[in-house]
Amino acid sequence: MTKPSFVYVTYIATTPEKVWRALVDTNVMRQYWADPTDDDPAHENVSDWKVGSQWEHRRVDDACTVDIVGKVLENIPPRRLVITWARPKDAGEDSKHSRVTFDIEPHGDGLIRLTVTHEDLERDPKMLEGISSGWPKVLSNLKTLLETGRALPRSPSAT
Amino acid sequence: MKVLPLRGRVQRDTAEERKSSSPTDVDKVFKALADPTRRGLLDLLHRENGQTLTALCEHMDMTRQAVTQHLQQLEDANLVAVVWQGREKLHYLNPVPLHEIHERWIEKFERSRLGALRDLKKRLEGDDDDKT
Repeated sequence: MTKPSFVYVTYIATTPEKVWRALVDTNVMRQYWADPTDDDPAHENVSDWKVGSQWEHRRVDDACTVDIVGKVLENIPPRRLVITWARPKDAGEDSKHSRVTFDIEPHGDGLIRLTVTHEDLERDPKMLEGISSGWPKVLSNLKTLLETGRALPRSPSAT
Repeated sequence: MKVLPLRGRVQRDTAEERKSSSPTDVDKVFKALADPTRRGLLDLLHRENGQTLTALCEHMDMTRQAVTQHLQQLEDANLVAVVWQGREKLHYLNPVPLHEIHERWIEKFERSRLGALRDLKKRLEGDDDDKT
């Protein structure tokens, strides 16, 4: 294992199964995988989530623009999901893929600990910049959604 | 104000106490941030993420033990996440609790007006961010 570029941790009052569903089910994903402060539309990650399969990070709009692609490396529901992460133009070049691991652990008292580890991002410094502001938003949106059942409101400019 | 649980009261683990010991407790985040040394440690991790205790100590004018205690408080508040790599303990800045605070208390105000105020302050103070 290389030294991770980022490690993000959040504690959520929910079950591992619900977090897992939020990671692989586009109906849940599009409610939190958005930046409510930007004009960016919501995103969803589309795949059959089998090991070796492709996945695509798509905008939820008419064009379904694909912003990120990668492969599924590990799939152990409801504990661990490992995927690679790349620009669509680098889809065929594994050496340019970074790697994202989602670990879901029960923490007691009805809490789970979700850890997102992003490794090998130094392969793409520009991606590194975008990522460092993106993950905290996605994770705190996810926490709000799972704990309150509400997605965060979109800013007026985004609607 | 929250009273710290006393050692003799371990058996009387009420729901409120369990809640207060949860890692998502916002009190812990503010308490951890209310110290210039700990904010300095977060700044060091922001500059270079994933540092060992030894690397962090090089920038700190205090004992290794004191730095360890500050890091532990940051870890308890979930502002620092730890990853073991072999025998090395790497410390990562975890901004997720800060983002939650931002959403709760800042995002709901009008960002553009806050931005305008910040720009005005910057101009008046000669671009010096430290003069707060």
